[in-house]
Amino acid sequence: MQFTEEHHQFRRTVRDFVEREINPHCDAWEAAGLFPAHELFARMGELGFLGLEYDPEYGGAGADHSFTVVLGEELGRCSGGSVPMAVGVQTDMATPSLHRFGSHELKQRYLAPAVRGEMVAAIAVTEPDAGSDVAAIRTRAERDGDEWVINGTKLYITNGIQADWLCLLCRTGPESSGYTGMSQIVFPTGTDGFSVSRKLDKLGQRASDTAELSFEDARVPVANTIGEAGQGFQQQMVQFQNERMIAAYNAVGQMDLALERTIAYLREREAFGRPLVANQYLRYRLAELVAEVDLLRHYNYACAAAYMRGEDTTRFATIAKLKAGRLIRDVADTCMQFHGGVGYMEETWTARFFRDARIVSIGGGADEVMLRVLAELSGMGK
Amino acid sequence: MNIVVLVKQIPDPAGPQELNADHTLKREGKLILDESDSYGVEIALQLRESAGGGDVTLVSMAPNGETSGLRTALAMGADDAILVGDDALPGAAALTTAKVLAGAIGRKQYDLVIGAVESSDGYVGVVPAMIAELLGLPSLTFAKKIDIDGSVIRIERQTEAGYDEVEGALPALVSVTAGVVEPRYPSFKGIMAAKKKPLEQVTVADLGVSVPGFNGNEEVTSVEDAPARAAGEKIEDDGTAFERIVAFLDEQKVL
Ligand SMILES: Cc1cc2nc3c(=O)[nH]c(=O)nc-3n(C[C@H](O)[C@H](O)[C@H](O)COP(=O)(O)OP(=O)(O)OC[C@H]3O[C@@H](n4cnc5c(N)ncnc54)[C@H](O)[C@@H]3O)c2cc1C
Repeated sequence: MQFTEEHHQFRRTVRDFVEREINPHCDAWEAAGLFPAHELFARMGELGFLGLEYDPEYGGAGADHSFTVVLGEELGRCSGGSVPMAVGVQTDMATPSLHRFGSHELKQRYLAPAVRGEMVAAIAVTEPDAGSDVAAIRTRAERDGDEWVINGTKLYITNGIQADWLCLLCRTGPESSGYTGMSQIVFPTGTDGFSVSRKLDKLGQRASDTAELSFEDARVPVANTIGEAGQGFQQQMVQFQNERMIAAYNAVGQMDLALERTIAYLREREAFGRPLVANQYLRYRLAELVAEVDLLRHYNYACAAAYMRGEDTTRFATIAKLKAGRLIRDVADTCMQFHGGVGYMEETWTARFFRDARIVSIGGGADEVMLRVLAELSGMGK
Repeated sequence: MNIVVLVKQIPDPAGPQELNADHTLKREGKLILDESDSYGVEIALQLRESAGGGDVTLVSMAPNGETSGLRTALAMGADDAILVGDDALPGAAALTTAKVLAGAIGRKQYDLVIGAVESSDGYVGVVPAMIAELLGLPSLTFAKKIDIDGSVIRIERQTEAGYDEVEGALPALVSVTAGVVEPRYPSFKGIMAAKKKPLEQVTVADLGVSVPGFNGNEEVTSVEDAPARAAGEKIEDDGTAFERIVAFLDEQKVL
């Protein structure tokens, strides 16, 4: 993938924005258990961060995917995983289907404000009894004239408290309809019958609002269906590819920063009469991780290039997400270990990083689900 | 309202800084817009907006034909740029720099020239005043605020105690202090638009400037590390520590 002067400039803008507008507030947002999504997204929308690849007709920049890579990597440099995850939901998890398959009216009404950062979006797939096995979802949308009547529960929904609309996956066909009986529906959270039943308390990503959502006879127009009714599962599987790619881009930025900071610490901290960095074991261990992050970075670039050529990136995105999840756990563990006691302290960045990094192997499909996809792609069955 | 803004492109202060054998700063690789100049760019854009039109032109001198810092300022909203690049320029002293920049400014019709009080890599702090002299412009320095009223310019000139109000006639040159406005971020749209904005690259010969040997009248004889900071004084509180602290502050003329 070729980075131009414009990519370089954009990287600088995002990096400065993260340093000045996000990082100084992260501690307060973590303590509050929520970051001000509307306020922050409005600023990001103004700068064009939230609709890089989208049609200019809906306020997008019409740029290619390589700029999403830059955005993802640089947001990884936030002081914590919450903001990059929430932005990723807005740009690459909750909106790609709407952009791809949505009607013009639906895009004007919900995509354009999301691109401007005026509306916060969320992706609502997981349920108490269906996470890895998406086809087991039970939230039902029953057709009544021109309306869907929706009943059910969604769980672990990022941006769940602050979202203005959800990209909601529901069952619209009969109970037995399996993969062919689901639909994606734009669900405005102001709808009667909708409520946030719980704000969830989490190990990490503590500045992100994760919620359990409840639907009781909530009515939305059938016109809010994204693409074709009955094709929701298939559309969501495509949208998952974007989700997994952005997760892998974020992880590279997070790990770059973590390794830079750990190397800087080892240069300063002395033990046994010399800086820790002079210890070959520590130095080589970090060098090895630097190498692995670089492999992932360039694997991501290959994935992005394939995506830009219009190829199916299921295999690329699955491998990138799997390896990102495993590697970031290793990096987070090593950074904490090499900091010693201070690394275990809440005042040191390593503690938050250690907690936040853990999500990559669970969200967006657990590692084992990635292995399941890969096993099948490799001719071994699921 | 046509405004020329002097911008310097410098090595990223976040990266390692190295000196050449002749004690000048290494300027290889990517350079960035000096943060000190981003304030001048922002002020120029605001003045153009309130004037309802005109051009903001950037003028820069840099080695290796480097344009990255200029692109950033163009992405913020400046209209065009002139870059003076010349194999003979690296290491140029302040007076040479001033002559070259004055020559480049002279290619434009302008009402106002804006520069930073000093660059954040060189800290020489004389270039704007030299340029004013060379161009025969009134020099208004250390501005924290600029107001234009017809052909009159008024600035608030920062002083240790507060500020002075200084007035002059346009065309004029103003140097602005760092941190006085919030420079806008280049938006994605701005970055893409910057790609198509005119950026003229010229040499010293093109400017018809004669410079008396590029190192002017300066010679650097030696460079030394800054002295290590001496240990501070610890005051143990025995109930009267405040007296000694007050005395110390008084001695430093802080009180
Ligand atoms: C912080 C956070 C944010 C989230 N945000 C969202 C969101 O915005 N929207 C949304 O819809 N969901 C979201 N999720 C949910 C997330 O996608 C699911 O938790 C994830 O897909 C796993 O599903 P599950 O929790 O039901 O685990 P289960 O499906 O119960 O699986 C439990 C474990 O079993 C193993 N496993 C599962 N299937 C297999 C298999 N076939 N073979 C081998 N092992 C297997 C895996 O190790 C897995 O971790 C979020 C989760 C978290 C923690």
